[in-house]
Amino acid sequence: MGRAPSPWATSIKYEEKDLKIVGGNPSERADAADKVTGKARYTADYNLPGQLIGKVLRSPHAHANIRSIDTSAAEALTGVKAVVTCADFPDMAVEHAASGELMVNFRDVTRNVMAREKVYYDGHPVAAVAATSEAIALRALKLIKVDYEVLPHVIDVVEAMKPDAPVLHDDQFTKGVEPAPDKPSNIALRMESKLGDVEEGFNQADLIIEREFNTKPSHQGYIEPQASVATYTDGGQAEIWTSTQGHFVMRAQVAKLLQMDVSKVKVTAPELGGGFGGKNNVYLEPLAVILSRKSSRPVKMIMTRGEVFRATGPTSGTNVEIKIGATKDGKITAAQAVMKYQAGAFAGSSLPLAAITVFTRYDLENVLVTGYDVTSNRPKVAAYRAPGAPMVAFGVESVIDEIARALEIDPIEIRLLNAAKEGTQTHFGPQLGRVGYIETLEATRDHPNLNIPLSPNQGRGIATGFWFTLGAETSATLNINEDGTASLIFGTVDVTGGSRAAFAMIVAEELGIPYENVRTMSGDTSALGFNFMTAGSRGTAAGTTAAVKASRDAITRMCEVAARKWEIDVDQVEWQDGHARPAGANVGNFEPMSVAQIVKEAVWFGGTIAGHAEINVANGGPGFGAHVVDVEVDRQTGLVKVLRYTIIQDAGKAVFPDFVKGQFHGGAVQGIGMALNEEYIYDSNGVMENPGFLDYRIPVASDVPMIDTEIVEVPHPGNPYGVRGVGEVPIIPPLAAISNAIHDAVGIRMRDHPMSPPKVLKELDDAEQAEAAE
Amino acid sequence: MARQYVTANINGEEIDFLCDPSQTLLDVLRDELQLTGTKEGCGTGDCGACSVTLDGVLVCSCLVLGAEAEGKTVETIEGMADGDELHPLQRKFIDHIALQCGICTPGLLVASRSLLEHNPNPSETEVRYWLAGNLCRCTGYQNIVTAVIDAAKEMRGN
Repeated sequence: MGRAPSPWATSIKYEEKDLKIVGGNPSERADAADKVTGKARYTADYNLPGQLIGKVLRSPHAHANIRSIDTSAAEALTGVKAVVTCADFPDMAVEHAASGELMVNFRDVTRNVMAREKVYYDGHPVAAVAATSEAIALRALKLIKVDYEVLPHVIDVVEAMKPDAPVLHDDQFTKGVEPAPDKPSNIALRMESKLGDVEEGFNQADLIIEREFNTKPSHQGYIEPQASVATYTDGGQAEIWTSTQGHFVMRAQVAKLLQMDVSKVKVTAPELGGGFGGKNNVYLEPLAVILSRKSSRPVKMIMTRGEVFRATGPTSGTNVEIKIGATKDGKITAAQAVMKYQAGAFAGSSLPLAAITVFTRYDLENVLVTGYDVTSNRPKVAAYRAPGAPMVAFGVESVIDEIARALEIDPIEIRLLNAAKEGTQTHFGPQLGRVGYIETLEATRDHPNLNIPLSPNQGRGIATGFWFTLGAETSATLNINEDGTASLIFGTVDVTGGSRAAFAMIVAEELGIPYENVRTMSGDTSALGFNFMTAGSRGTAAGTTAAVKASRDAITRMCEVAARKWEIDVDQVEWQDGHARPAGANVGNFEPMSVAQIVKEAVWFGGTIAGHAEINVANGGPGFGAHVVDVEVDRQTGLVKVLRYTIIQDAGKAVFPDFVKGQFHGGAVQGIGMALNEEYIYDSNGVMENPGFLDYRIPVASDVPMIDTEIVEVPHPGNPYGVRGVGEVPIIPPLAAISNAIHDAVGIRMRDHPMSPPKVLKELDDAEQAEAAE
Repeated sequence: MARQYVTANINGEEIDFLCDPSQTLLDVLRDELQLTGTKEGCGTGDCGACSVTLDGVLVCSCLVLGAEAEGKTVETIEGMADGDELHPLQRKFIDHIALQCGICTPGLLVASRSLLEHNPNPSETEVRYWLAGNLCRCTGYQNIVTAVIDAAKEMRGN
């Protein structure tokens, strides 16, 4: 999460009130008609006059020194207007910055966008070309001669940690160990976090279960490949349209990487074709700008699907050991985790997030969490929806299930017995505020789907998840237009249209005007002050606070106009039901003024009316969810079919409930895909073997059933409407829920991900043989 | 290589264009005709974002050459609404929140219309299998399936 909570951060206290608009399901949404007619514009739909097409030459090797790069033949090809290599990018010193939920280091970012001394993964960019057509650009790539010295490589996280493993970075010495090591290592960081005394806790346990889990990397799988269009003008200014979850953060990173003033870079985020954390990072943007600068022409770049898989952010592959002790009554006495996370080519995985989510559903006295951030010859990992959490939840929720069965306690009751609640002390520092885990579990226990009978080879599994809600820099401007309508400009990227609708609902509720009178739109980087990106489930949650602040600011201005017209003090005016009214009978007898009437008077009484928010929103309320899945296991093929799926989650307050349910569906199906199918497969040379949707199989419509959802609402006290982040929690429980259901169905415990047919078959065979041996 | 002259009926209009013999129908639609509603998600026929119909047959336009459209009828997302009047599928996609990011939506709508032309009363399973060639990463498919079934009902007049 990068930054410590600031005492100056803004939170607006939750107030319970009758709501007219928030909590409803509006049928009209700002983005929807354009999206169903093909008119919505994504980055790849933008074209500039005279634009060139840019393409990237990528490493075919997993690990190699670059001895030399000869671009002369490519430059000589007719139609080629610019060729760039690392020589066109300034080297960067170590400097960290927040980029979504993960941190980046500019020394590494510049090496990731364009390799310098070495290539670290199959697909690592080594050169880029801009030409008058894609065909010419592709031909030019073939003319670039790169002299590689191929080096031994390592992919797997456990292999990469071995003392004799090929080391990626000669200057990387493990941080967090005493004494400081004198030999470089792929282990960038060892971290430890604890509470109480686990030894003591395990001594008190009647039952201790310790298990090891392995997960493969999986990709965000957004359907829109990364794309950027950039133009560098003679005045030294750059304008960029790019597929990003955070155009302000992209502006900052491009400016930094190219040593430009922030004021000279303008970034527009068009409609985004999915991101899920994978579009938090800079890839094509600086290349397009440099190619444009060199060619004096606009440059458009779009990745192929293969490039997306090979070179953009999958999640970490992991090895996780979980050890939990409990009394015979089911009370957890100690919990311990050892987490090994692939960072990919450069340090900085989602390990810190895994550490704070691993056990944060339970109220524990003794916790020890140890983690390793490990570099290996894979693309630098990017955030993926609740980054780092599904893998540790896989382990913890599986072990809890095992403990519950061993002690013959209901899996929901054992969680209720140990549930995190207000005041729960976490092992990483803060105490939890008001959270809704208990309410979520109680709603799960009472759900009718738990009583549906199951047939042979069918099983039911339960697992739960926790995720925080990020706050951070959030700006918004609410313009009260001359006809009495209102336009909210916000600065996060609204991937789904949900934020646009939710903000319109919030503004309409605050102002007391119809939802239809509010238009909301994401502004480019010239429209507002800095905004952090859409990450950490913060889009709608943090945006709510900014929208409320901007609305209340505008209301103050409108009350001011009425006060000046009525010649009374502004505090004698109150805002109610879309009108400025005298605050009491003794103030005077004035006809209430509507928004439309006020704006007509506004020029004389002060000027155009707008409300502003330029705030650091305090981190929001954590969300908790429980998933119940029924599966059927085919003993002949090993295929696991999801028969029924139920999601219960605390949304704090669902501003737009049907959209919240859409987040539940989407997150869970991503989790189901991760659990059953999705994995990166490498050949012996460290080259990805399945860089396409045919072989990297994300769920299709026929893979999944209808999903039942229930929204629990335990308002977050620090948000004006009680909103909690909802987008990320739903991807966390599916791995463990499905694994637990498979066990319930056929008695095997899947601890290696994905739970694909060959692995399930092998476990079934092993279990059969073990049974025969007895 | 010489560019080819092609005449086709696209969304009800007779249109002629020049294309490279190796250019896909998808690239012709997007780059030559500025019909950017048809999306590219993979370029290999795996994701369905580029779905169009060619003489009434549902195809991935990334797997068809532009030159193959000669004399044929092409229907894209841009031709789905009747002026301002949205197709029932388009309306139901909005009503049921069958879209989030929207990048797969044009392809899913074209594929869904093709389904309803073949089968005006599909079961949930039939909808799911027909749309199995169209990837959506946001919605989990639930609201899409619901929208298609609801649109089918309306189009049948009950």
